Amino acid sequence: MGGPRFVADPAVERPHMWIDGFAILYHRPSGMTHIIASPVPEMLAVIADAPADATDIVARLSAEHDVAGEGALDAIVAARLEELESAGLVYRA
Amino acid sequence: MKHEARIRVGPIGFRVGSAWPGPVAALNALYDGYPTPRDDIPDFTVRLEPERPWRRWVRPSIAIRGDYVLPEASPLALAHGLLAAELGMNLQMALGQRRYLLLHASSVERDGRALLMTGESGAGKSTLAALLGERGWRLMGDEFALIDPATGLVWAFPRAISLKNQAIDVMASGLPQARFGPVLSGTPKGTIRHLRPDARAIAEMDAPARPALLLFPRYGFAEALRGVGAAEVFVRLTQASTNYVALGESGFNALRNLVEAIPACAIDYPDTASAVSLVERLWAELDG
Amino acid sequence: MRNAALLVRALADPSAIIGLDAADWTALVAIARAESLIGSLAWRLEALAVPDAVAAILADARRSAAQAQTQALWEGEMARRALAPLGIPVVLLKGTAYAAAGLEAARGRTIGDLDILVPRGALDQVEGALLAAGWEWVKEDPYDDLYYRRWMHELPPLIHRARDRMIDVHHTILPPTARPTPDPAALIAGSVALPTGLRILSPADMIVHSAAHLFADGDLAGGLRNLWDIDRLLRGFAAAPGFWSALADRAAHHQLQPAVARALRLARAIYATPVDADVAGPPRMADALYRRRLLARDGWGRERDKALRFAFYVRSHWLRMPPAMLARHLWTKARKSR
Repeated sequence: MGGPRFVADPAVERPHMWIDGFAILYHRPSGMTHIIASPVPEMLAVIADAPADATDIVARLSAEHDVAGEGALDAIVAARLEELESAGLVYRA
Repeated sequence: MKHEARIRVGPIGFRVGSAWPGPVAALNALYDGYPTPRDDIPDFTVRLEPERPWRRWVRPSIAIRGDYVLPEASPLALAHGLLAAELGMNLQMALGQRRYLLLHASSVERDGRALLMTGESGAGKSTLAALLGERGWRLMGDEFALIDPATGLVWAFPRAISLKNQAIDVMASGLPQARFGPVLSGTPKGTIRHLRPDARAIAEMDAPARPALLLFPRYGFAEALRGVGAAEVFVRLTQASTNYVALGESGFNALRNLVEAIPACAIDYPDTASAVSLVERLWAELDG
Repeated sequence: MRNAALLVRALADPSAIIGLDAADWTALVAIARAESLIGSLAWRLEALAVPDAVAAILADARRSAAQAQTQALWEGEMARRALAPLGIPVVLLKGTAYAAAGLEAARGRTIGDLDILVPRGALDQVEGALLAAGWEWVKEDPYDDLYYRRWMHELPPLIHRARDRMIDVHHTILPPTARPTPDPAALIAGSVALPTGLRILSPADMIVHSAAHLFADGDLAGGLRNLWDIDRLLRGFAAAPGFWSALADRAAHHQLQPAVARALRLARAIYATPVDADVAGPPRMADALYRRRLLARDGWGRERDKALRFAFYVRSHWLRMPPAMLARHLWTKARKSR
């Protein structure tokens, strides 16, 4: 894993609401609204805490949350990271 | 411009200029008794003008212009001048409204609380609002619901109701002809006729209401009812809003407050009677 | 019939709005919107007492401009992220540049597409990086594409797939076929870095670019807004020692001295901008025609003086392309539209 390290804007820049198991988030720097499902909100929180690459993210998520089947998590995190970068919610350090 | 109408609808004042007298005369007749813009200064300007100077007289056609324009819009025939004026006003709201969160929804009020109805064009929200407006509810609007981001209240915007094709007959029976605008046939959307809101809707247009229930109505199906989850409601309402993105964070907050505060249902109905009874039932359940 | 003199007076001297009646205000709002200056006007009048209906309209305009600016700066940021790995200078142009640099010219200004200037040699890499990051071509017609690549000063337009916003990538500031030939390498070499790593033109080059854009890149459409930019920029830059001689030097270097001189004279005539008499040069006969063209808008927001407008439109295309090429281009376009 490893790969590039990512940075996210602090939580104050991302007001959000939880409904029906989704997080609906307003991203202040872009003016865009995103609807995201777990583990994406959790990933964002981890990255905003401190810059992280994919391995760091998987490790911190596993430590902080109940995650079944770590192997699957690697692939999920990789895929979601790509989407997060594309959406502008994270960027390379 | 040679001919001009000035009309206030709820909190929004319009100035409609026209190169021809017909559209302005039709507009003034349909909106007879409406107030004029606040301070005599309109919020938006609409211009009905010939595409080319000679098109004022030769095969006259109306280009809809104003503060905000759709560059590729096709012009309308002079016979459809009233429709052009109405489309012009809609366009200013859709492209230029920044004070209120604009939802493509009809709304009616009872006891200070509002029922909002949203859905695709033709699904029935306008006709249902018109029907309820004739059955004891106060009509607030048939096309746009104005949500105040600061207070969450919905403000009335009672424009003439645009009825299309069969819906015209549904409403025409039992209402005086004086309430209707001219028959406009052969428009891009078929036959259209405008219905003036009733005296009460006009008299109370400055009274806002607290949203209490959101419906997604669908006309022409067997009667059915289902709750709609808040996340789905949020997404569908952003799609039903022309200015959600332009309002930025205040739009986000207005919508989140609305979605968190009120229940939402999708209702299907085959006819008028069924629609009205479903609405009354759901409204009564609010207090349950 | 009211013309745009009402608007320019209110911008240049906000106290001019004292005593305006409802009809004047109605016209002023329509003209300001037509000239894309409602946001700038709203900031100029912010501290003044105005009728309630006007206060609401202007408050909306300020809020609207602010949100539009956030989105425009975001486009700049996303372009920065996509192009950063290339290690080339990326220079923001026009409104986005003013906003990114926090200049007075940005206050209330509506910003359209993102315009950037990059070295011509890097165009292919830039194209590749933007396409990989989600931008895609707008035009599909191969003739138009060829026209763009051969004759214009920019890549064919790109639009972002998800955000639906356009980016114009320039390699010089005027079409290579146009008569004045500015020096893009000098523009880039003289550019100033912002904290984010994106760059903006030097103050003198900003004025040169704005003047070039005003006269050569159109038929003076948006001219009042363009001149207002120049007024706001000059008032900020003139305080720096040596600015006027730098401006004279750069204007000469880019072969745009007449355009810059005329822009200064028009800004002075319309907005009472303090300008250096030497750089502005003596008044020319055509100045009055330009001024008339710029102010030709009525109280309903319509453009007036069609004959004058048509003359400027034809002239602008003539400037972009020498007559023989223009004829061929128009012929091909006409044939295809049959």
